[in-house]
Amino acid sequence: MSFGKLLERIIQLIPVLLGVSLIVFVMLALTPGDPVQIMVGEQSITPEQEAELRRDLGLDKPMVERFFIFLGNAAQFDFGQSYYHGRPVSAVIAERLPATIELSLVALIVALVTAIPLGVLAAIRKNSVLDRLATVGSLLGVSLPGFWFGILLIMLFSVHLQILPVSGRIGYASEVPTVSGFLLIDTLLAGDVRAFGEALRYLILPAITLGLPMTAILMRVTRTSMLEVMRQDYITFAEAKGLPRRRVLFRHALKNALIPTVSVAAIEMGSLLGGNMIVETVFGWPGLGRLVVESIFLRNYPLVQAAVLLYAVTYVLLNFIADILYTVLNPRVKL
Amino acid sequence: MTLLLEVTNLCTEFNTRAGLVRAVDGVSLRVSRGECLGVVGESGSGKSVTFASVMGLVRSPGRITHGMIFFDGRELRDMSPDEMRATRGRDIAMTMQDALTALNPALTVGEQLSEVLIAHDETLPAGRAARRVAIRDKCVEMLGLVGIPSPQSRLAQYPHEFSGGMRQRIMIAIALACRPKLLIADEPTTALDVTIQAQVLELISDIRARLGMAVVLITHDLGVVAEHCDRVMVMYAGQVVEEGPTEQVITQPRHPYTRGLLASIPRPAMRGQPLTPINGQVPDLVGLPPQCRFQSRCPMARPECLVEVPMFDAGPDRRARCLRLEDMP
Ligand SMILES: Nc1ncnc2c1ncn2[C@@H]1O[C@H](COP(=O)(O)OP(=O)(O)OP(=O)(O)O)[C@@H](O)[C@H]1O
Ligand SMILES: [Mg+2]
Repeated sequence: MSFGKLLERIIQLIPVLLGVSLIVFVMLALTPGDPVQIMVGEQSITPEQEAELRRDLGLDKPMVERFFIFLGNAAQFDFGQSYYHGRPVSAVIAERLPATIELSLVALIVALVTAIPLGVLAAIRKNSVLDRLATVGSLLGVSLPGFWFGILLIMLFSVHLQILPVSGRIGYASEVPTVSGFLLIDTLLAGDVRAFGEALRYLILPAITLGLPMTAILMRVTRTSMLEVMRQDYITFAEAKGLPRRRVLFRHALKNALIPTVSVAAIEMGSLLGGNMIVETVFGWPGLGRLVVESIFLRNYPLVQAAVLLYAVTYVLLNFIADILYTVLNPRVKL
Repeated sequence: MTLLLEVTNLCTEFNTRAGLVRAVDGVSLRVSRGECLGVVGESGSGKSVTFASVMGLVRSPGRITHGMIFFDGRELRDMSPDEMRATRGRDIAMTMQDALTALNPALTVGEQLSEVLIAHDETLPAGRAARRVAIRDKCVEMLGLVGIPSPQSRLAQYPHEFSGGMRQRIMIAIALACRPKLLIADEPTTALDVTIQAQVLELISDIRARLGMAVVLITHDLGVVAEHCDRVMVMYAGQVVEEGPTEQVITQPRHPYTRGLLASIPRPAMRGQPLTPINGQVPDLVGLPPQCRFQSRCPMARPECLVEVPMFDAGPDRRARCLRLEDMP
C-alpha cells in the first residue's frame, strides 16, 4: 500500500469523525431535562451558582456555536472540568485509560491465542467431538452475559479455590512507579518480577471474561473461513505438489483463512469497549469503563460526553485499522 | 516402450444428497513412458475425477471404491499418505483445470515454485546460503523455461499480477520443477486465447520431448489431441468408450460417441461438410441402469443395446464399448 493511498484513506476519516462528534454533541444536547438541573440533582444551589455553572458549561450560547466550541475544545482534548474529581476531564480519563487498554489488549491476546488454534482444529476435524464441543462452546461464549460469567469465575477461582484475587488491579504492597501506566510493563521496568506475577494474576479473570465473546466469534470466523479455504483449488494444487501436510494447512490455508479473522478481530475490539464497562465494574478494575459507569450515576455530564466521544472515535479508528489490515494481508485487494 | 501407469477397473463414487454418483465407473487405462495420452469427453464425463483418483486427491464426499493404480511398478493405493506425498509433485505432477484459481493468492509465485523444490529436490546443496541460491536459480530457470520474461524480477510477485496465460505457465513450471515421470495436464488451454493455447501446448510437447516425460492431456479439443497425442481415450458418463492410437481413432472411430464428437467439431479434413452436434444430454449419473450409457443419444441404437456393454477389442491396440462396432465403416 502506498503512502499516498494511506493518506487518502486518513483524509476520508475526517468527515466520519466530524459526523461522530456531531452525533455525540446532539445526543447530549437533546437529552431531556436541563443538564444543570440533572447535574445538581437534589443539592440546593443559589441562582448565582447555577448561572455560573451554566456559563461554565457554555449552555447560555446558541446551539451551533456550542457545537463549534465543543469541537474546538475536543481537538485540544479539553472537555471541561470533572466537578466530582475537581480536575480536568481529560486528566481523569488519561489516568484511567492505561488500565483499560491493558485489559483490552490482554483480552485480545487471550482471544486470538485460543480462538485461532481451536478454529483451525475444529475445521480440519470437522464434525468430530472437538468440533462439536467448540461449536457449542462458542454459542455459549456469545450468548452468556459477561457479568454472569465474570461472577461465575470469581466464585470458582477466587472464592472457592482461592487462587486468584477477587477484584482490583494489584495489591497495595506491590505498588511500582508509574511509567507507561501498563502494570505488566511497569512492574518489569521496575525489575519486580513478583509484582509482575501479581499483576498478571489480577488481570487474568477480567481478561478472560472480557475476551470470551470475542474468542467465540473469532473461533467461528476462523473455522468457517478455514473450511471455505480448504475447498479451494489452490489447496488441491498444493496437495498435488506433495507438500507436507503442515505446510498445506498452515502456510497455504491459514494464511488465507486468517484474513477475515484478523479484520473481524480489529472490528470486535470496538465491542470490547462496551464489555469493559461491565467487566470493570464486576472486577473492580480501575479503568475507563468503570469510571464511565460511575460518572453516569453521578451525572458527571462533561466526563460522560468526553468518554462517549472517545469510544466513538476509537470505534471508527478500529474499523479503519481493520480495513487497512485487510488490504495489507490480502495482496489481491488494492486500496 | 515400458509401462509407466496402469489403472485397472477404477471406480470412484461421490455420496451426494441426490444419491450415489459413480463419477468413474470401471476405468482402465495405460500410459507408457514418454507417451502422450489424450483424454476427451464432454463436460462431466469423469476425466478430472479419474486423474484426481490417480493422484490420490479425491476428497470427501468422494471415495475410490474399487480398482488398482500401478505407477512405476508400485500400487499407489497401498502407499501410506507420506509415501503418496513423496510421489506427488516429484514423480507424478498435475496441473489444474483452472489456472486462475490453482495458485494461492496470498503467496508469491517464487514461494509457490520453490516450496515444491524444497519438498522433493534432493540435489539441492546442504548449506543454507548455497541452498537458497540454488533454489532461486532453479526457480528462475523454470520460469524461463515456460517463457516468462525477466523471471528474476517476477518471483516476488503475487499470482494476481500475472495474466491468465502467464499463470497457466507458472502452474506448468511448478508441475515440471522436479522433472516428473508423468505430467497430468487437465485442460491446460481452456482459459486461454488461441495463440497462447498453441504456445502452451508447444511448450508441453517440447519439454516432454526433452525430459522424456509421459503426458496425460485432458482436453475437449480433438484437434489438440490429433496434433499432440500418441494415443487417445474417449470417456462418456464415467466410462471409457473408446481407446486407441490417435490417428486411427480419429480417422476411423469405432464408437458412435467418438464419431459424434468428431462430427461436432470443425476439422480441416471435413471442410465443407455441415457440423452435426450430438443430440440430447449426458445422462444423470445417479441410478444409471446397467445398459449402454450412450444408447439414449445414439443414432445407431437398437433394442439389444439395453444391456451392459463391455469393452471389445476393435483392432490391434484398439478397444471400444459398442455392440455395433463392426457396423461402423
Ligand atoms: N465434489 C463432487 N461432489 C459430487 N459429485 C462430483 C464431485 N466432483 C465431481 N463430481 C461428479 O463427477 C462427475 C465427473 O466430473 P469431472 O470433473 O471428472 O468431469 P470432467 O470430465 O472433468 O468435466 P469437465 O470437462 O467439465 O472438466 C460430475 O458430473 C459430477 O457429477
Ligand atoms: Mg475436468
